[in-house]
Amino acid sequence: MLSIKDLQVAFRTRKGEVSAVRGISFELARGERLGIVGESGSGKSVTSYALMRILDANGRIKAGDAVYSGIDLRKAAERDMRDLRGREISMIFQNPRAALNPIRKVGHQIEDVLRQHARATRQDARQKAIAALEAVKIRDAEARYDAYPFELSGGMCQRVVCAIALACDPKLMIMDEPTTGLDITTQKAVMDLVDELVTARGMSSILITHDLGLASEYCDRIVVMKDGQIVEEGAPQLLLSAPQHPYTRKLVDATPRRGVTIRELLPQEERRPLAPHVVAETPLLEVRNLTKTYQGKSGPVHAVRDISFTIREGQSVGLVGESGCGKSTTSAMLVRLLDPTSGQLLYRGEDLAQMPAADFARNPLRGKIQMVFQDATDSLNPRHTSRQSIAEPLKRMTDLRGAALAARVEELASVTGLPEHLLDRFPHQLSGGQKARVGIARAIATEPDFLILDEPTAALDVSIQAVALNLLADLRARLGMSYLFVSHDLNVVRMLCDHVIVMKGGEIVDAGPVEQVMDSPSHPYTRELLEAAPQVPIPTAAA
Amino acid sequence: MTDVTVENATPARAKKGSGTLRHILWVLRENPVTGLSFAMFAGLLISALIGPSIVPYDPLATDASATLQPPSAAHWFGTDNLGRDVFSRVIVATRLDLVISVAAVALSFVFGSVLGAIAGYRGGWIDTVLSRVLDTIMAFPLFVLAMGIVAALGNSVANIIYATAIINIPFYARLVRAEVNIRRDAGFTQAAKLAGNSDTRVLALHIFPNALPPMMVQVSLNLGWAILNAAGLSFIGLGVRPPTPEWGIMVAEGANYIVSGEWWLALFPGLWLMLAVFTFNLMGDGLRDIVDPRRRS
Repeated sequence: MLSIKDLQVAFRTRKGEVSAVRGISFELARGERLGIVGESGSGKSVTSYALMRILDANGRIKAGDAVYSGIDLRKAAERDMRDLRGREISMIFQNPRAALNPIRKVGHQIEDVLRQHARATRQDARQKAIAALEAVKIRDAEARYDAYPFELSGGMCQRVVCAIALACDPKLMIMDEPTTGLDITTQKAVMDLVDELVTARGMSSILITHDLGLASEYCDRIVVMKDGQIVEEGAPQLLLSAPQHPYTRKLVDATPRRGVTIRELLPQEERRPLAPHVVAETPLLEVRNLTKTYQGKSGPVHAVRDISFTIREGQSVGLVGESGCGKSTTSAMLVRLLDPTSGQLLYRGEDLAQMPAADFARNPLRGKIQMVFQDATDSLNPRHTSRQSIAEPLKRMTDLRGAALAARVEELASVTGLPEHLLDRFPHQLSGGQKARVGIARAIATEPDFLILDEPTAALDVSIQAVALNLLADLRARLGMSYLFVSHDLNVVRMLCDHVIVMKGGEIVDAGPVEQVMDSPSHPYTRELLEAAPQVPIPTAAA
Repeated sequence: MTDVTVENATPARAKKGSGTLRHILWVLRENPVTGLSFAMFAGLLISALIGPSIVPYDPLATDASATLQPPSAAHWFGTDNLGRDVFSRVIVATRLDLVISVAAVALSFVFGSVLGAIAGYRGGWIDTVLSRVLDTIMAFPLFVLAMGIVAALGNSVANIIYATAIINIPFYARLVRAEVNIRRDAGFTQAAKLAGNSDTRVLALHIFPNALPPMMVQVSLNLGWAILNAAGLSFIGLGVRPPTPEWGIMVAEGANYIVSGEWWLALFPGLWLMLAVFTFNLMGDGLRDIVDPRRRS
């Protein structure tokens, strides 16, 4: 049905022409579910944009053929392409909120596509739009028709995008990272729904993702892309359990999954033994009855309700939960960026909650409690070089100046594995992994005892995530820090943490040692989270 | 997903300064319009700095034997009704006009930035009060407001500067407020707090510099407006008084002679005024690219 031969796509940039896709070929049969897997920059999204002919203005298809049911997608006139998009081939984008027009009712947006392809008339458009909403299992579709995108949750928005994509009964559905940014249970719900609809209508689908687990669960065949080329393809079970190409193996290895240690994420030749970290009996931080209530427009909002837990010296505690569960509020209070409404934060017996967050910057303990932020790009000042970013806490909180300061910054860079010549670059000149290292180097600059890691690897590719997690494990053993690891990825928490806390609706619903909570989950919510996480088939013994 | 990570191991730049200089040169080369505008700006600066000592005639010296001469080799831009050389007067006027506009823009930049930054960072009632006060200023026809201020405070160069600054403050304050507001809760702001910076430091050293790129565009456009504003005030008889050479007055005085055919009296100062405004308007993009490190590759 779709056949691509030797497709090449290039972009004109300041540095000359850059090839994003370098000669890929694959075929897609009717009813087949294809997965395209690869890391950022591998050209997987560009391939799909090229198929739909929606490349940026500076990009073009250089060579190759793309034929869909006898239509040459490369040569077809723009008018024919417009006709094709939505009716024959539709696409679901990464960020559902950005894909929807924020100032139009979602019902009208569905009508737009129906009317465009003459699938509905003025009289029956509304009815058909509601039917499309019902098809994606949106409850109370009649009322949702009048909703604006901002009134809907992320998962709901993605359902609406699906409804738009499916409204004209296309034959092929392209999904570009459809669940990035959605919670794990929402991801499962959306993917199950799309899969059911695609199968029921006999459509073909292309799922573009960086998540091997997701691809293996929802695809019949997977192609693995790297640097614009296909390195391997095959059925998911076979491909992922016995990868042939070294890159596929590296990807499979780097994907966190049940039953592996943190070192096993790395390629085999880089697995050095991991020094154990020592957990003392003495408590470092005791959280007692911590509560945060915001004054919302429609009454008080209870972000965190009366939570208590203890982090011992050297211990790594995982804080797990979905968005809106209060984990970010909790970590902001612990790192003293936010004042709690009530409760105590006993740091080595001293109640930090007594000091207002605004004055904590001048407290000598400031350097002892630090944080690594979720988004490395957002957390680095765009006007500061790596060197300035890492030196900032040292300048404010220590007496190091001049050569001593430069030496300490270089030492931190080498500890975190950041090459020295990158120290004079600005954040936009660094890759995601390098930015993450700068963020970690800055956080450990003042030798903190307690480090809060707020999803530090969420924005990273799996292979870079594997390196970053190992770096964190090494630093913990070396510097004897305690971690609070905030994450939604239970597989990662399982590998890095000793103790885990599960939050929901601002309350702790489950807590205990990692093995106990994760291997024999007693709480239904924990079980739900564990089941929603897509699992990669376990590779067979090392090749 | 068009970002293709380029991992090259270029050694660190030898010196920090050379990187900045290289970046400026790159910006000037990349866009010929930017290069042209900077060249024109350099010309204006030179006129302002050494103009009075290089012009062929004393701008105030009258010559009863050569009144209302058309442009010639001796008097490039002709002479006026008192026999003063128009070219010399136009060049000498550059200094006064630039001083007025730069001083006015500097004042409004500083005050607007401080007010806007506080409003954007603190939010709450401070933001509401400041925003409403600035909205009130903007509700007036700005030129009429400037006229009122100069008329009330008295006719002097200093008062023209104050008046021009006051009517421009709201533009800066609004821009800075918006730029600060979107960065108030950004990751790097929180990271700066964790690094032990007080709120004032975070605002002044981490958030505010990030607002500079759009500010530069505003500054350069504003320099043009400020010159026009000062010239406009002089034109209607407020501010700079004759016989001081100033573009606005010269256009005003020359306007009386256009009907009788002495077009050069108003044309040349007007042309210079236009060129100055044009230069500043063109400079905006270049200035922005220079102060934005993200433009560096």
